Amino acid sequence: MLEAIGVPSIDALFEPVPAAVRLQRELDLPPALSEPDLMAHLGALAGQNADPSTHAVFLGAGAYRHFAPSFIDQLLLRSEFYTAYTPYQPEIAQGTLQAIFEFQTLVSELMGTDLANASMYDGSTAMAEAAMMACRLTKRNRVVVARSVHPHYREVLDTYATNLGLAVVEVGYLPDGTLDVCALADAAKGAAGVVFQYPNFFGVIDDPRKAVDVARAAGALSVAVVAEPVAMGLLAPPGSLGVDIVAAELQAFGVPVGYGGPYCGVIAASEKCMRQMPGRFVGMATDTEGRTGFVLTLATREQHIRREKATSNICTNSGLMALAATMFMAAYGKDGLPELARLNFDKAHYAEAAIRKAGAKAGITLRFAAPFFNEFVIGGLGDAAAVQKRLLGSGIIAGLPLERYYPELRDSLLVCVTELNRAEEIDRLAEALAG
Amino acid sequence: MTTPDHRDQLIFELSTPGRKGYSLPAHDVPPAPLEGTVPDGLLRSGLAGFPEMTEVGLVRHYTRLSTWNYGVDTGMYPLGSCTMKYNPKVNEAAARMRGFAEVHPLAPDEAAQGALAVMHALAGMLGEITGLPAVSLQPAAGAHGELTGIMMIRKRLITRDGHPRRLVLIPDSAHGTNPASAHFCGYEVREIKSCARGNLSVSALAEAMTPEVAGLMLTNPNTLGMFEDEICDAARIVHEQGGLVYCDGANMNALIGKARPGDFGVDIMHLNLHKTFSTPHGGGGPGSGPVVATREFEPFLPTPVVVATRDGLRLDYDRPLSIGRVKAFHGNFGMIVRAYAYIRSLGPKGIRESAENAVLNANYVRARLRDEYEVPYDRLNMHEVIFSDHKQNEYGVTTLDIAKRLIDLGFHPPTIYFPLIVHGALMVEPTESEGLDELDRFVEAMLQIAEEARTNPDLLKKAPVTTRRSRFDEATAARKPILKWTRPVG
Repeated sequence: MLEAIGVPSIDALFEPVPAAVRLQRELDLPPALSEPDLMAHLGALAGQNADPSTHAVFLGAGAYRHFAPSFIDQLLLRSEFYTAYTPYQPEIAQGTLQAIFEFQTLVSELMGTDLANASMYDGSTAMAEAAMMACRLTKRNRVVVARSVHPHYREVLDTYATNLGLAVVEVGYLPDGTLDVCALADAAKGAAGVVFQYPNFFGVIDDPRKAVDVARAAGALSVAVVAEPVAMGLLAPPGSLGVDIVAAELQAFGVPVGYGGPYCGVIAASEKCMRQMPGRFVGMATDTEGRTGFVLTLATREQHIRREKATSNICTNSGLMALAATMFMAAYGKDGLPELARLNFDKAHYAEAAIRKAGAKAGITLRFAAPFFNEFVIGGLGDAAAVQKRLLGSGIIAGLPLERYYPELRDSLLVCVTELNRAEEIDRLAEALAG
Repeated sequence: MTTPDHRDQLIFELSTPGRKGYSLPAHDVPPAPLEGTVPDGLLRSGLAGFPEMTEVGLVRHYTRLSTWNYGVDTGMYPLGSCTMKYNPKVNEAAARMRGFAEVHPLAPDEAAQGALAVMHALAGMLGEITGLPAVSLQPAAGAHGELTGIMMIRKRLITRDGHPRRLVLIPDSAHGTNPASAHFCGYEVREIKSCARGNLSVSALAEAMTPEVAGLMLTNPNTLGMFEDEICDAARIVHEQGGLVYCDGANMNALIGKARPGDFGVDIMHLNLHKTFSTPHGGGGPGSGPVVATREFEPFLPTPVVVATRDGLRLDYDRPLSIGRVKAFHGNFGMIVRAYAYIRSLGPKGIRESAENAVLNANYVRARLRDEYEVPYDRLNMHEVIFSDHKQNEYGVTTLDIAKRLIDLGFHPPTIYFPLIVHGALMVEPTESEGLDELDRFVEAMLQIAEEARTNPDLLKKAPVTTRRSRFDEATAARKPILKWTRPVG
C-alpha cells in the first residue's frame, strides 16, 4: 500500500503535520484490555450503581421506567438499523425512512397535532428550540415559562436564550400546584410563547386550555412540554386543546433511563409552524417508476443547505431512539397505551394514599392538592434529602428531593410510581417514609 | 397514495382490530376513580390512529424494514466526514449492562459511583487525547458540542472583556453546522476563502482578524481531508488579537495519538463520539459531542461536572461562571459507556494505529483512483480524500450518477457535493476498518464506473436498479410535503 502511495513509511504519511506539533510519545492512556477483561471491568463498575434489581426506585422527574416488550431491543440490534447513517441516500435507507414516517404519524396522533418532526436530542433541547421557533414565528423576543416546567428544561432554555439575547420570564405556581393563570396572563403581554408542562413537573395535570387562552389573548404561541408521554394514553392531547407547539421527551417509550441519555426529543406542531420547524422531516415521495417511498424533505430549512440562516444547527438527532419509540407505540397500540396509562394512574394513587395513611402521624402530607398522573409531591418531611439518604440504606430510592430546584420545597420529595413498581414495594416505601 | 403490495404497507395499514402485541404487569392495586380526579374535558376519548398488531406482526414488519437499509455491517460505507467505522459489538453489550442502562439519572451520587467513574475516566482520556483538559460530556451531538463551545467562548470573552465581540470567522470549506452554531450563539459569521492548496488562507485570516472577532472556527484536518499545516500561525494571528480558536473535531480520528489540538493552538473543540470513538450512528443519531478545552475554560463548562472528592465522585453544580446547562441530565451516557469501552479496548498503541490505518487507507484510495478521477488537491491527504466528477462530466455523467451506480455495485456512496468549494465533490473516507481486499473491491468498482461513464453513461443515469426503489422525485416531495399517513377516505 505504501508503495502504491509512493511513501516509504506510515510516518511519512503524516508529513503534512508540522514536525513541531507531532506527538513524540504514546498517549498516556490505560493499556488495552481484552474483551473478557473489559467486560469484567465494566461489570464491576456497573455493579456500583443502584438499579431496580438492587433498589426499589421511585424516581421519575423526566426519566421514566416503563416496560418495553423484549422484541424492541432485539430489533434495535438489527445492525441495518443501528449501524446506518442519516438516510441521505433514500434508495438504500427505506427502512429508516419508513420507520421515521411512521414515527411522525404516531407522534402527530399522540399529540393531536398536524405534524411532528423526525426527532430532537431530548425534551429539554426540544423545548428550547420550540421557544426559539415561537420567537421566529411571532417576531418577538420574550418567552414566558411556568416554574412548574422541568427545572433542567428551564435551565437549558436560559442557556440558549442568554446567548441569543432572548428574554425568559418565569411565572410561579399556585398553592395547589397548578398554573398561576393571572400571573401568566400578566407576563404574556408581548411575549412570543407561553411554555407550560402537561402533566407538569410535580405530576399535576394542568389544564392546557388555560395556557392556550392566555397565549391567544396575548398574540403569543402556546408551547406544551410533555415529558411523560405515557400520560397521553389517558389525557386529551395538547393539539386537540388548541396548543400550537408540543415539545416532548419520548424516553418513556422503550428507551432505558440509562443515567440520562440518549433519549428522544421531538417537536410536534400545527401546520402553520412547518417552515420554521427545526430538525429533519421525512416525506412521502414517488420514484422514477412511480412507486411510493420516503425521503428526507424540506431540507432548505436545515444547516447543510442554509448554513447560518437555518432554523436550527441540529444535524444528528435521535434516529434510533425514535425507532424504539415507534415500535413501543405500535406494540401498545390503540388499547395498550390507554391501559398502560391507567395502570400508572392507579398505582400512583394507591401509593399516594398509602404514604398519606402511613405517614399521617409523622406529618407527611400531599404537597399539592390538584389532580396528578403518575407523580406527586409529598411534603412535611423536614429535610427531604436526609430522608432520601435514610431510605437509600434500606434499599429504596424514595424520590427526588426538590430543594435544589425549589428552595421553598426543602421538605418535599417528588415521588414517581409506574406500572413496574409492585404494590409490595409501594407499601415498603410508605412504611419506610413513616418510620 | 396507497401501496398495493402488503410488503410495502405501513404499520397502520397492517393493523387489524382486536390484535394485541403487549402484556401488562399484574394490576395489584385497586383502580382509582377518574371522575372528579381528572379535570373535565381532559380525559382522552381514544387513540384511533394507533395500530393493533400481534407481536409476530410487529417483528416481521420492522425486520422487513431493516432489510431495506444499508449499514456498516452490510458493507463498506465510505461516507466522508461521517467516519463510518465498524461499531464493536462489545460496546453494545457494555451499554446494555443493567447497572448502566437502568440507573436513573437523578439517583443520588453515592448510588451511581460506577456511572460517575466511567464519565470521569472518559473525560480524563479525552483530555489526554486532545491535550485539552477541561471536559464536558453533556452535549448530545457534534452540532450541540459546537453550540456549547461557542457559548463558552462567548462567556469567557464577556468575563474577560465585558463584551462577547461580534464576529466568528469560518472557512468556506466548513460543515454547515459551524455557521449555524455560531449564529445560534448570537454571532455574525464571516467566511474565509480557502487558498489554492485547499487550506485556510492565512493571509485572508490575517486580513479578517480584528478585535471584533471572537474567534476562528475551523476543522482540522479540514473537510478536504487536508491537515491545516499553517495552523500554528493561524492560531497566533487569532490569539494576538485576543480571539480564540475553536476546532470542529469531526476529523479527530485522523490525528489521535499522532498530534494533539491543544499542542497546535486550539483553545476549545468538540469531539464526535459517534465518529472517532466508534459509537454507532443509529440511522441519524443518537450522537454525543463532548467539548474539550484549555484549563482557562474550566469555570465556563456546562453544569454539572463530575469531580473527585475524598468521599468519592460527585456531580458539582456550584459553578457560578458556567454557561449553564445545555441538556437535561448528564449527556448521552449510553454513548459515553461505548466510547469508554472502545478506548479501553484499543489502549494507547491501538488507538494510534487506528489513525494511522485510516490515513493509510484514504491515501491508498487516492493513489489508485487518481488517474481516472480528478483529485482537486492531489497531495498527501489525511483520513479522507476528495475527488470531483470533472472527467466524467465530459460524458454527461455527474457525481450523483457515480454515487447511485456504486449502490448497484454493493457499496454505500461517499459523501457527495460537499465540501461546497469543490464542484461535484465525492468525499471518500474508508476508515481504518477496511482491509486491503475490501479497499481493492471498492477501487475496482470505482474504476468500472469510470469505464462505464465513457462507454455506457445511460447505465449510470438509471442507477440504482438493484434496490427496491429507484431515484425519487425529491423536488415534488418538498413542494407538496406529505409528512404523515392519513387513512384513505371510504
